[in-house]
Amino acid sequence: MRHIISVLMENEPGALSRVVGLFSQRNFNIESLNVAPTDDPTLSRLTLTTFGSDQVVEQITKQLNKLIDVVKLVDLTEGQHIERELMLVKVRASGAQRAEVKRTVDIFRGNIIDMTPSIYTMQIVGESDKLDGFLQALGGMHILEVVRTGVSGVARGEKTLSL
Amino acid sequence: MELLSGGEMIARFLKDEGVEYIYGYPGGAALHIYDALHRQSDVKHVLVRHEQAATHMADGYARATGKPGVVLVTSGPGATNTVTGIATAFMDSIPMVVICGQVMSYLIGEDAFQETDMIGVSRPIVKHSFSVKHPSEIPGVLKKAFYIASSGRPGPVVVDIPKDMTMPNEKFEYNYPESVSLRSYTPPAKGHSGQIKKAVDLLLAAKRPMIYAGGGVIMGGGSELLTKLAQQLEYPVTNTLMGLGGYPATDDQFVGMLGMHGSYEANQAMHHSDLILAIGARFDDRVTNDPDKFCPSAKIIHVDIDPASISKTIRADVPIVGPVIQVLEEMLSLIDDAPARSNQDSIKNWWKQINEWRQVHGGRYDTSSDKIKPQAAVEACWRATNGDAFVASDVGQHQMFTAQYYKFAKPYRWINSGGLGTMGFGLPAAMGVKMNFPEETVVCVTGEGSIQMNIQELSTCLQYGLPVKILCLNNGYLGMVRQWQDMNYEGRHSNSYLDSLPEFKTLMDAYRHKYVEIRTKDELDSKMEEAFAMKDQLVFINCYVDPEEHVYPMQVPRGSMRDMFLSKTERT
Repeated sequence: MRHIISVLMENEPGALSRVVGLFSQRNFNIESLNVAPTDDPTLSRLTLTTFGSDQVVEQITKQLNKLIDVVKLVDLTEGQHIERELMLVKVRASGAQRAEVKRTVDIFRGNIIDMTPSIYTMQIVGESDKLDGFLQALGGMHILEVVRTGVSGVARGEKTLSL
Repeated sequence: MELLSGGEMIARFLKDEGVEYIYGYPGGAALHIYDALHRQSDVKHVLVRHEQAATHMADGYARATGKPGVVLVTSGPGATNTVTGIATAFMDSIPMVVICGQVMSYLIGEDAFQETDMIGVSRPIVKHSFSVKHPSEIPGVLKKAFYIASSGRPGPVVVDIPKDMTMPNEKFEYNYPESVSLRSYTPPAKGHSGQIKKAVDLLLAAKRPMIYAGGGVIMGGGSELLTKLAQQLEYPVTNTLMGLGGYPATDDQFVGMLGMHGSYEANQAMHHSDLILAIGARFDDRVTNDPDKFCPSAKIIHVDIDPASISKTIRADVPIVGPVIQVLEEMLSLIDDAPARSNQDSIKNWWKQINEWRQVHGGRYDTSSDKIKPQAAVEACWRATNGDAFVASDVGQHQMFTAQYYKFAKPYRWINSGGLGTMGFGLPAAMGVKMNFPEETVVCVTGEGSIQMNIQELSTCLQYGLPVKILCLNNGYLGMVRQWQDMNYEGRHSNSYLDSLPEFKTLMDAYRHKYVEIRTKDELDSKMEEAFAMKDQLVFINCYVDPEEHVYPMQVPRGSMRDMFLSKTERT
């Protein structure tokens, strides 16, 4: 099963390598990962998605918690949560294709954020499935580049991951 | 207010932390620190002959005392030479602080002379590591390092210190930090009372209980309480390789070590038990054999300070995260308050069954052979030392024979590399113990293979006057490798025969140590006594043992705990 684990950790050099190293050392997989400082500059928030049985995910959270740099963590998929991913897609489009691209972006509620006479760059935000769907919808287009941020998420309602 | 350089701060901090000995080897990036050490006399530095030995010396000290051992090395090769020793300590949860020099901070990343990314290299084998960014951080960082290394589940901590953090003329305010606070690290202080109650209820109702105690009981200081608990309940106790001495092996309730080379009765009793109290143990693959076939009818109570150890390989029914002392105390008080138990008859039957199992193998070996059996050599060593020595071991058959036949009656006396299985560990570990317990008998049981992995330390022994006794069970083979080749490779002894062994007598002469040779059975006790009588000398006891001997019992691969080979011709 897919899990989204959100980690609050010390914003220190080397902290990220400890997290990433743990996954390769213990043979856990990482599907996606992102990390950036929070509003508190001493803390970073890291979000990763992984696949594994309950037992494996239990080990992942326990082993992450053991890292001295990890302050707190939550498996968002254990409760109701919101997840988002941002994707930038650059396509080559000319003639009739240009109107087709514009229509597809509108349907997926994305934005065109850069263009030249032959290039469109688009931004799509949503759950990972929606991003996959958008790429499928672009089917016949000449895709030049796809950049995805990986998943970020928060729990719904009052629940927070904070100090 | 006192102004000290970074190098001086390290020396002063170690003194303030109560460190008497540190083990290490100087080099470029550590020279400011070494100069600061030279200008004081409180902290004594022991110069080894290879950095790996420094880590094992510190490790031996830590295993014998429960306190962190301290290592000081330079950058690059000095640091990388400590890797095996750090990994050894990490696998066995041994507290250790390794201070590594590093190139000047402005050179980091430029492939400078003797530069290695030690934080990166050591990352998977440390509990934590620090890199010092400013000299004034040194006392705080070292305090954190000692605290992390020795609290919770102990482990090694690396502190990487660039040379410009220790400049003699750059002085900063020094205060010894009395306390330490880390918002992201709070070791468990108390087991969950509800869970402990549940565990005690199960214990008091068990019909076929087993207490399975590991190294965590010793390192957590819980041996006495565990012994009390076991004796109050009158339940059988087995120890892991790391846990030997945690319960007195001389006591009748002790059924021996469990696992791959565990006793027949310990493995049978585990397999047939209906309740296992696992405490300070981690269900290692050398204990469980095939986890899918592990103890099919047992409920499992698992007490450990590290939540990640619980349900990692074997699912626990009652997990308890907490320090062994606190959990055992709470269990004992609940047992005291419990009404009369109804399981007395079942326990009587259980002991009857266990005593029958004891008759099946009972640690027997061929005593009629003309050759010296390694088991007999260990038993002779036990007699010669009144069963009360610190015994450090290397890795291989001799390690297993020592675990099986040297009946450890006290904790902190059995010093061996259980998790990593590091050949070359024994001699320096024994030296670390001897340095700190000069009045005690310290033995290194080794083989002619293992001893050569750190034999250069004979020189350190001479320099510091460390009269350890080295009992070399010499069979001319890498015995455990040979055993596996006999059992699994139709006796093809690929690279397990050691040709061209040194003349150990000449070697001991060269280092001005003593040498005793044992070639026949009848001189085993007398020669052993002769060797141990030389209190102030390092004695190398070269004991020629039967090269064909195998370690038994031995669990059948991928079987359950009760599936064992009992000799070359028998299996369960």
